[in-house]
Amino acid sequence: MTNENLIQYIYGIADNSLILGQRISELCGHGPTLETDIAMTNMALDLLGQTRSYYQYVAELSSKDITEDDVAFLRTEREYKNVLLVEQPNTDFAYIIVRQYFFDVFHFMLLKELENSKNVNFQAIAKKSLKEVSYHKRFSGDWLKRLGDGTEESKQKAQKAVDDLWVYTDELFHMTDHDKKVAEAGYGVDVTIFKTAYYETITALLKEATLNIPDVKYFQKGGKNGIHTEHMGFILSDMQYMQRTYPDMKW
Amino acid sequence: MTQDVDIDSELHEILKSVPDPEIPVLSIIDLGVVRSAKILPNKEVKVEITPTYSGCPAMDVIGDDIKTELTKHGYTPQVKLILSPAWTTDWMTEEGKKALKDYGIAPPMDATSDKDALLGNKRVIPCPQCESKNTRLVSQFGSTACKAMFKCEDCEETFDYFKCLI
Repeated sequence: MTNENLIQYIYGIADNSLILGQRISELCGHGPTLETDIAMTNMALDLLGQTRSYYQYVAELSSKDITEDDVAFLRTEREYKNVLLVEQPNTDFAYIIVRQYFFDVFHFMLLKELENSKNVNFQAIAKKSLKEVSYHKRFSGDWLKRLGDGTEESKQKAQKAVDDLWVYTDELFHMTDHDKKVAEAGYGVDVTIFKTAYYETITALLKEATLNIPDVKYFQKGGKNGIHTEHMGFILSDMQYMQRTYPDMKW
Repeated sequence: MTQDVDIDSELHEILKSVPDPEIPVLSIIDLGVVRSAKILPNKEVKVEITPTYSGCPAMDVIGDDIKTELTKHGYTPQVKLILSPAWTTDWMTEEGKKALKDYGIAPPMDATSDKDALLGNKRVIPCPQCESKNTRLVSQFGSTACKAMFKCEDCEETFDYFKCLI
């Protein structure tokens, strides 16, 4: 396992938190109710905080003289290794909740494994993040039940979001060559080991929410190799605007 | 309780005078975020702090406040953020919990002695204003990362609950 393997592995985890954090921070001041607005921005803050811990570690590992800000703001689209799920737009509240729940369950299971990594940095970040993510999972799961088992309209919108976003779930379990090397070294996680448990968990909740499980044969993929959907460029242009316009600016 | 902290007694009083920027009735010592503070040769001081939440925006301010306070006392401080072991509300002192309650924020339940949690029942958070146990959760998330929002059904006040993190 080389340093480059390790850095690419970290991108595969941390970029999910960064992009989803950026996505849900778009809800600041736009949440459907004050409580959900505050909840979503709280979760965005947790995710961005976790991202910082990972990126600080990347800066340490890198042979170049870089900081966490360079990692977050100065990479190009192809260099981001987040899954396609987290970059999907905030179409409506049902999409936001379904996307969050699909990710939160995966995130929780990943961190549960990463907690036992041989790498002390991963152990520490995972232990810290788990406490936060268990709150996220409870929030998104409760809302998904409420939407599915709610009114005619909320049920129909929740079902549409589930049907549309299901195609992005399989990619969560793809392992790149970097992932495999880092997992073999005992630092990273072989995510395929909890794939069955993942689908069991989300299927059980969807049933409880009286929603149907989509029957999908073809899944979308690409994000883990840097090939993103059309939404990614817009996120990056929003996020990187200040650094690109005023290079090296500081608060 | 505050476990495994290693704070030199000369520094304890100084650090105790540094308040949490978001909950000013609570000192950073009572909050349990200071994990160690050591005096080194040449009046240098090394302080290790741990965040309550990963994205807690108060951590930078806490770091700066510690430096300012120690510099005032003639020390050359160095503040380091550590993640492990992860902060838990069990590290908050009894004094801190009382200060929170007097301030109108329900303190975190003592996780170890909370029998309700063991039996799988819902936790009852008493209202910090009127002590009533007739309260309900409004939102898992409150005005800062560390708090949840509750409402008392008797006095009808909404109040913050310092989330139990174990």
